[in-house]
Amino acid sequence: MFKLFKKLGKKHFLYAFICVIFVSINVYLELKIPDYMSNITVLVQTEGSEMGSILKEGGYMMLCAFGSLIASFVVGYFASRVAAYFGKITRKDIFEKVGSFGTEEIKEFSTSSLITRTTNDVTQVQMLIAMGLQAMIKAPIMAVWAILKIAGKNFTWTMITALGVLILIITIIILMVLVFPKFKIVQKLTDNLNRITRENLLGIRVIRAFNAEDYQQEKFEKANEELKNLQLFNQKTLGILAPVMTLVSSGLSLAIYFVGAILIEKAGMMDKINLFGDMVVFSSYAMQVLMSFMMLIMIFIMYPRAAVSAKRILEVLECEEHIKDGNVEKGSEVGTVEFKNVSFKYPDAEEYILENITFKVNKGETIAFIGSTGSGKSTLINLVPRFYDVTEGEILVDGVNVKDYKLASLNNIIGYIPQKAVIFRGSVASNVSYGDNGKDKPSKEKIKEAIKVAQGEDFVLKMEGEYDAEVARGGTNLSGGQKQRLAIARAIAKDPEIYIFDDSFSALDYKTDFSLRKALKKYTKNATSLIVAQRIGTIKDADKIMVLDEGKVVGYGTHKELLENCPIYKEIALSQLSSSEIEKDLGGEVHA
Amino acid sequence: MHNGRRMNNNNGKAKDFKKSMKSLIKYCRPYLILILIAVILAMFSSILSIIGPDKLRDITNTITNGLLTGIDLDKVKSISLTLLIIYVVSSIFGYLEQYIMAVVTNRFSKDLRKEITEKINRMPLKYFDKHSYGDILSRVTNDVDTLSMTLNQSLGTLVSSLTLFIGSLFMMFITNGIMAIVAIISSIIGFAFMLIVISHSQKYFLMLQNEIGDLNGHIEEMYSGHNVVKSYNGTDEANQKFEEINDKIYEHLRKGQFLSGLMHPFMAFIGNFGYVCVCIVGAILTMNNVIDFGVIVAFMMYVRLFTQPLTQIAQAFSSLQSTAAASERVFEFLDEEEMADESNFSKKLARKEVKGAIEFKHVKFGYDEDKTIIKDFNVSVKPGEKIAIVGPTGAGKTTLVNLLMKFYEVSDGEILIDGIPVRELTRENIHNLFIMVLQDTWVFEGTIKDNIKYNKENVSDSKVEEVCKIVGLHHFIKSLPNGYNTYLSDNDTLSSGQKQLLTIARGMIEDAPFLILDEATSSVDTRTEELVQKAMDKLTTGRTSFIIAHRLSTIKNADLILMMDNGNIIEQGTHEELLKLNGKYAELYNSQFERTSE
Repeated sequence: MFKLFKKLGKKHFLYAFICVIFVSINVYLELKIPDYMSNITVLVQTEGSEMGSILKEGGYMMLCAFGSLIASFVVGYFASRVAAYFGKITRKDIFEKVGSFGTEEIKEFSTSSLITRTTNDVTQVQMLIAMGLQAMIKAPIMAVWAILKIAGKNFTWTMITALGVLILIITIIILMVLVFPKFKIVQKLTDNLNRITRENLLGIRVIRAFNAEDYQQEKFEKANEELKNLQLFNQKTLGILAPVMTLVSSGLSLAIYFVGAILIEKAGMMDKINLFGDMVVFSSYAMQVLMSFMMLIMIFIMYPRAAVSAKRILEVLECEEHIKDGNVEKGSEVGTVEFKNVSFKYPDAEEYILENITFKVNKGETIAFIGSTGSGKSTLINLVPRFYDVTEGEILVDGVNVKDYKLASLNNIIGYIPQKAVIFRGSVASNVSYGDNGKDKPSKEKIKEAIKVAQGEDFVLKMEGEYDAEVARGGTNLSGGQKQRLAIARAIAKDPEIYIFDDSFSALDYKTDFSLRKALKKYTKNATSLIVAQRIGTIKDADKIMVLDEGKVVGYGTHKELLENCPIYKEIALSQLSSSEIEKDLGGEVHA
Repeated sequence: MHNGRRMNNNNGKAKDFKKSMKSLIKYCRPYLILILIAVILAMFSSILSIIGPDKLRDITNTITNGLLTGIDLDKVKSISLTLLIIYVVSSIFGYLEQYIMAVVTNRFSKDLRKEITEKINRMPLKYFDKHSYGDILSRVTNDVDTLSMTLNQSLGTLVSSLTLFIGSLFMMFITNGIMAIVAIISSIIGFAFMLIVISHSQKYFLMLQNEIGDLNGHIEEMYSGHNVVKSYNGTDEANQKFEEINDKIYEHLRKGQFLSGLMHPFMAFIGNFGYVCVCIVGAILTMNNVIDFGVIVAFMMYVRLFTQPLTQIAQAFSSLQSTAAASERVFEFLDEEEMADESNFSKKLARKEVKGAIEFKHVKFGYDEDKTIIKDFNVSVKPGEKIAIVGPTGAGKTTLVNLLMKFYEVSDGEILIDGIPVRELTRENIHNLFIMVLQDTWVFEGTIKDNIKYNKENVSDSKVEEVCKIVGLHHFIKSLPNGYNTYLSDNDTLSSGQKQLLTIARGMIEDAPFLILDEATSSVDTRTEELVQKAMDKLTTGRTSFIIAHRLSTIKNADLILMMDNGNIIEQGTHEELLKLNGKYAELYNSQFERTSE
């Protein structure tokens, strides 16, 4: 955790130091107050005291109180500054670090874990700092100071105070041992309850169709009851703490007074008055000791959680990226993609996902990849924009190895459209003009044209605000097909040399798929396209089709050639087209 | 897995504080007696703690009185004993109060959660099609949690603080009016200041909540769209936006935290301030012989008791605000319109007696009252026929499913099963007559066997195996380490094709006379797809089937094709008839074979 604190820098360490100083001042003044209080008490109780001396003592006490108030303000001001600043820079560092990650690192951590690390984990540590700069510094100073003030005054009283602290600590430890492990289970049970409710909502049609409402209700009730019982246990157990705390603190003063009475009675005449004064002071300091120990315990409860969070943050910050940036900015050819004996396996995996892939496409050509799930076709095209780096062999884009490119330059050449359209909050136009392609942002006309080619004009014009229509986070106000068309328009607006379609047409119905490809073909005449698809209809016009099965090339050629000589391709074709249509494609020859 | 990330589900303010409190009290009724007991206990506990310091003073007095003459130790003992008893009793009362409130709030929240899920079953599908499930989910968990937690905390503190407050106020005025006013004025200044600070820091925290929500949304968007962000060189843009929000959060967090941190030191100061004021004014009064100094000593204590609960009252009120906001959301949901009551329906169609005819007569329907999407739809289906429903995505194919299953009621006209209007049959009865297999497969956490048997009782294991053999899952399931008892959870034990097969198997166990089937699109690999298709074909035999069709073979062989577009049925007939019509169907059908280069 202390590694993380280094980030704060000199200025904020100075702030933290100021906090320490002012906490000390605060404690000093706070501990002074009881002295004045007892002085005032004595003065008021002593008949014939001067009004002036009461005012004087009162004035001093007010000064101390005011001073300690100011000190608290200063501490609060700087502590909140330091904590908030820590949160800010740590969040920023994590976010930028994740931005530099490749797909591999993202997969390794998982998206949802990275999100919690950027948000919750930072908040945990930030909270510890905010609390720490006040309570963590204050508690020990207070405890030590208060103990020093009363130390040696009286052994019996000291023992009573120690006993009070001990009882308190033991109670808290017992409660924590009982309840802490249960907290984890509470989380699990809550998740459980959430899951069943989510299940109920997602499956609502099925549940009703099967008349299974009671079945689901029973499941829910079980989880509900479990959660209730556990929560109840926790609250009943923790509920003991507050009464015990009040009992110990009031019991402590009572004990000090009771013992005091006996001690005073036994003492010699001269000591009696001194002892009485000591007793009043002692009881208030004993209270301070008790309080500071309670504060310390709270910190000890908070610390482990924050430490775990800090570790999780450091894991992200210290993770080394696998994809290294190159320095080439421009290729030697235009619009070419070449695979030379490319093999790929995921890090730590035993088996290759792709083996020995070799092909070259030239400017204006289209190459399509087809195969069953797990055949490696998506992995193959993900190697081009370097989401992963090849294990063996090399990939050349425009005649240059992708590893040698500056990533930003490589990205400018490529227009990538993922399987699941990614839509950002903003407007239709901001989604289409997204990113930085090394040129100016696309003009309004360009955006309109791109949307038109992507067959999105119809639905965009129907939206309120048309091109400036609002798009919700994650594109929830758009259908799957609409999102996909915007994602395609985004690539078109970028005018890339090379398009990569990772199964980008599957969310579209046949008709839209068809007209989109037709328009695209016209528009991207000079661009090279790499297409992954499930439907034969989508790819049969490609210049080259590569059929993959378990990472190996099992067929390479045109639609017609493959129908004739690739059994796997034919099997796929037969499951989607009728034999008469296949015959038509084969030019009338009968191949049943 | 996503817990704690959604911090911005509501802004913490109720629209109508009074109304939501009223409904809260209404729902609390079964627990009112327990709550009352808790309230009384809390009051007793605080009253006892007012007496406490008074007794402690008696001890000091006894000691001071006896300093010269010898202390009356017996008196000290007896006071100490009384005091000890008071402390113990007060603690026990305090604990009992917490215990009862814990029982009440936990039972109450359990009841509420139960009510919400039961409510889900009674609500029309219309509601769920319009609302995101995340919203409903957060009502079941977050809101109910907030409700019970804040209720638990605020009610107890509020009662004991108010008792303390009123009690000490009362005691002060009884003892001495002038001193009471001095004490009150000196504390009121502090209280006013505190309220200002609270409302200011609240303002920052509200803004903060929205910004944290914004930031979380941005992070989520960027992390999950990582590939696109990277390949479009959007990283700088993302960082810039992040920094913008992050800076705002820094500013508001800093200010909000600072302001809310002022509260406690300030209250401590006010406590001291009040103390000094009381002492000085008291001393003046004593010197003028208006009061004796016992009064001052008493007031030094009252002033402490009086300022202490103020902070707590303020905090309890602000947490009651969240209670109101949460309960508003919960009760809003519970007050939603429910489906029509069917308990008085007497007609019932048994599975075995059903022949399998369905007729749509002048059916009119629209999701919104003023927007009819199905106008005068007529069709008569004979037992055992196969009806294919085709149309582009978003054409409203599920609308027909919704009507057949009585998930939605027709606006006009009627649907008849074997000549009996579905209007006169219960939803439960209709659901009993249909097998429904949808494309978005629904698999719940549990074993494979549980998933197939589902809510059907008396299904033997051999029957489950038999069905799985028919759909072609048996071999795969047997190859899993735990066979049919394999536990399915979030992970990907099953591929999407296998999930499809599993839901078909679940449907097969049902064995009802009607079938609604949503065919798989091409997202599964070829071999599994073939298996799925075979299983589906088997399911349709001997049943009156409505199939949302994607495959040519299904469409061609159907006895009737319903072509849908924009939610409406635009063409109906057999494959040949529709091709001849040369309308939308012909266009859709032909588009599958056209080449882009031509």
